[in-house]
Amino acid sequence: MHKIGVFVCWCGSNIAATVDVKAVAEAASKEPCVVYATDYQYMCSESGQNLIIDAIKEHNLTGVVICSCSPRMHETTFRKAAQKAGLNPYMVEIANIREQCSWIHKDMAEATAKAIVLARAAIAKVQLNKPLIAGESEVTKRCLVIGGGIAGIQTALDVAEAGFPVDIVEKKPTIGGKMAQLDKTFPTLDCAACILTPRMVEAGAHENITLHTYSEVEEVSGFVGNFTVKIRKKARKVKMDLCTGCGLCTEKCPMKKQPNEFNMGLDKRGAIYIPFAQAVPKVPVIDVEACLKFKTGKCGICSKVCTAGAIDYEQQDEIIEQKYGAIVLATGFDQIKPTKFGELGYSQYPDVVTSLEYERLMNAAGPTKGHLLRPSDGKPPKEIVFVQCVGSRGQSCRDKSYCSKVCCMYTAKHAILTKDHYPDTNIHVFYIDERTPGKNFDEFYRRAVEQYGVDYIKGQVGKVYEENGKLMVQGSDLLANEQITLAADMVVLAAAIEPDKTARSLGTMLTASMDTNDFFTEAHAKLRPVESPTAGVFLSGMCQGPKDIPETVSQAGAAAVKVIGLLTKDKLLGNPCVAHSDEMLCNGCSQCARVCPYGAITYVDKEFRVPGPKRVETRRVAVVNEAVCQGCGACTVTCPSTAMDLKGFSNRQIMSEVDAICK
Amino acid sequence: MQVNESSKEFKPCIVAFCCNWCSYAGADLAGSNRLSYPADVKIIRVPCSCRVNPLFILRAFQRGADGVILCGCHPGDCHYTTGNYYARRRMTMLFSMLDYLGIEKERTRVEWVSAAEGAKFAATMNDFISTVQSLGENRKLRDLRCKE
Ligand SMILES: Cc1cc2nc3c(=O)[nH]c(=O)nc-3n(C[C@H](O)[C@H](O)[C@H](O)COP(=O)(O)OP(=O)(O)OC[C@H]3O[C@@H](n4cnc5c(N)ncnc54)[C@H](O)[C@@H]3O)c2cc1C
Ligand code: SF4
Ligand code: SF4
Ligand code: FES
Repeated sequence: MHKIGVFVCWCGSNIAATVDVKAVAEAASKEPCVVYATDYQYMCSESGQNLIIDAIKEHNLTGVVICSCSPRMHETTFRKAAQKAGLNPYMVEIANIREQCSWIHKDMAEATAKAIVLARAAIAKVQLNKPLIAGESEVTKRCLVIGGGIAGIQTALDVAEAGFPVDIVEKKPTIGGKMAQLDKTFPTLDCAACILTPRMVEAGAHENITLHTYSEVEEVSGFVGNFTVKIRKKARKVKMDLCTGCGLCTEKCPMKKQPNEFNMGLDKRGAIYIPFAQAVPKVPVIDVEACLKFKTGKCGICSKVCTAGAIDYEQQDEIIEQKYGAIVLATGFDQIKPTKFGELGYSQYPDVVTSLEYERLMNAAGPTKGHLLRPSDGKPPKEIVFVQCVGSRGQSCRDKSYCSKVCCMYTAKHAILTKDHYPDTNIHVFYIDERTPGKNFDEFYRRAVEQYGVDYIKGQVGKVYEENGKLMVQGSDLLANEQITLAADMVVLAAAIEPDKTARSLGTMLTASMDTNDFFTEAHAKLRPVESPTAGVFLSGMCQGPKDIPETVSQAGAAAVKVIGLLTKDKLLGNPCVAHSDEMLCNGCSQCARVCPYGAITYVDKEFRVPGPKRVETRRVAVVNEAVCQGCGACTVTCPSTAMDLKGFSNRQIMSEVDAICK
Repeated sequence: MQVNESSKEFKPCIVAFCCNWCSYAGADLAGSNRLSYPADVKIIRVPCSCRVNPLFILRAFQRGADGVILCGCHPGDCHYTTGNYYARRRMTMLFSMLDYLGIEKERTRVEWVSAAEGAKFAATMNDFISTVQSLGENRKLRDLRCKE
């Protein structure tokens, strides 16, 4: 027979003003098995908790119901209090009479009546609660970082510095990400490469960091503290250990007609190439689609010129399997190709470029060696029109609904840098709103306007077309309330930011949730911004949402702290509210394993005693791996023989709540 | 369920199953924002919408519920990735069967409410209650033994 204690909280006046707490305690005391019921001003306060602890001890309570705020607020608090009194923490149930009662109802009689029903449901449930003990699991002290942009590099360095081994998986042949492609960076205008490349070298040389470049994550299984990951190291066709990075092969390759991705296709590279001079690792890769040797079997020049004998046409993809305790997602972003915006002429006119292409055109290591020359005829442009918010902040299906956050600032940067180098260039910027919240950001933008005389026009561009060798930009000037047409030599589109295309498949692999835009979502938007809702998976950089480099680096550091906090633990306590199958009822039908999103259910052959001459019979039954089960309950509903049930939310527990509510 | 003199005053008994990660949090948010809806709704917290066994819903109607609503995360946002897809499929089957039995489709509902949609939660409940109210008391499937 249970002995239940009921504790009704006033929450100051938050509950007590609308719910007659004394009447609730009084009504609760009449429920079966309730031996003690009381009310108190603040149950979560120290004295409130002591009141609970004392009552548990004094009345030998076997179950506790707290009528208070949402369990999402204080369930842990009250469970800990129960534990202190020697009661199993899972013998506590909460009736939410604040968020779901006192705060939404005005009539006291009605609110009190509802609070009593909610208390009754919790009292009915707690009688069916079972003491639960959370299982323990070991923590593998190794971290995986997926994505080697500035976010991934920073997280990896911080975790490695704390003494834990880290592997970075980067799909490109080098780490560095988009920041490596930038010219100078707002608002300080320091050169991106000068601040990034030392970090890349550090990551490449760190004793605790292993780089897997030109690699992708193929399969993930396991759970927090205990992930098993299969990584595909794609064949570079170059032996990493032998190559000295001299680059002779890339010079001699006769197939120099491939669009160079690093320069946004603005120049060409060979079939064997190193993405850029400061690549880490500085080892070339053969693009087998373009390579003559692979297409025709002839050529093989690179192999002939390589004095180190590093070229290996036979090299195959390699799959490595590794265990990790934590996984960091740092897959970053892409800039959309504004081809859907036909009116802006991006696909039509070579001199309409994206801002990332413009970064390469200004970069000293770019296709034009840092001379601003337009793609069509290699002439320096005199009139440049920048268009902001292309594909951002829109309602239509071709737009992203969000603000890409960095475009206002980098457009101001492009304008300033251009004017610095070519003072006689005229620059016009079409903008919807100028968004510059950030340290020294507004000052930076005002410099563009006041000091450099950049012409900012509030309005959108409707059309770009060619006339007499000029790009005609037709738009609206909202402040002057007129339609204007500008003649330009070049048009730069600040195209929207979007998450990397591979993010969704990774999210599915890791069961890390994403929003409708495919950015990874955080466990709590304010309080847990670098954790994914999936335990052991952390978020770093643009893959979580648009942000600039300082923000990316801060978030990367924060993610590292969370990883370090996890890896410092030797053991983890699991969630004991997991599925469990009653082997006497299970018929081995396999339905449950089919719906389990985590692969937590396996089958074993077990011997059972049966009446009759055979005496034993072997049957296949379901077994739940409690460390893998996340407790969703999908299997419990699917099970045709009600063998599968969920601890803490069992069929009987939920039914008893239903009964109590519908009384 | 109580019936006062005029049918306008009919107070339905409504059970709302809410998944812990989105809809229960959405209900909490409705509370924090003081967005009111009638006290006729009582919420039962489940880890995920896929935990809701059709039997729970049958039981609720049997015990005198006038309406049952199941709330979960938006498609694609389920904390367990796919739970709400199972829930949706199961409930589509169940609700059409209930309709066939005489428990009108309007008495059952599945809604997606995220943790950020406190306003949607309150609006959904208000709408659902007035729909059930206009249908009146549920007489089908009620276990007559346990009701006066
Ligand atoms: C035109 C432009 C100008 C900018 N100028 C500035 C500026 O001046 N100042 C500033 O502060 N910010 C600027 N930014 C923003 C800045 O680029 C970002 O804040 C920063 O690069 C984000 O870093 P990240 O590591 O999150 O993403 P990324 O740099 O995109 O890195 C992600 C990495 O992950 C890899 N990856 C992706 N998917 C996978 C996968 N499935 N497996 C393995 N690897 C994967 C990618 O190949 C990439 O290397 C600018 C952005 C743009 C578009
Ligand atoms: S409760 Fe969910 S996670 Fe656990 S075994 Fe069942 S389906 Fe899998
Ligand atoms: S669904 Fe039920 S009966 Fe079938 S294998 Fe799973 S636990 Fe056993
Ligand atoms: S967790 Fe909300 S529907 Fe699955």
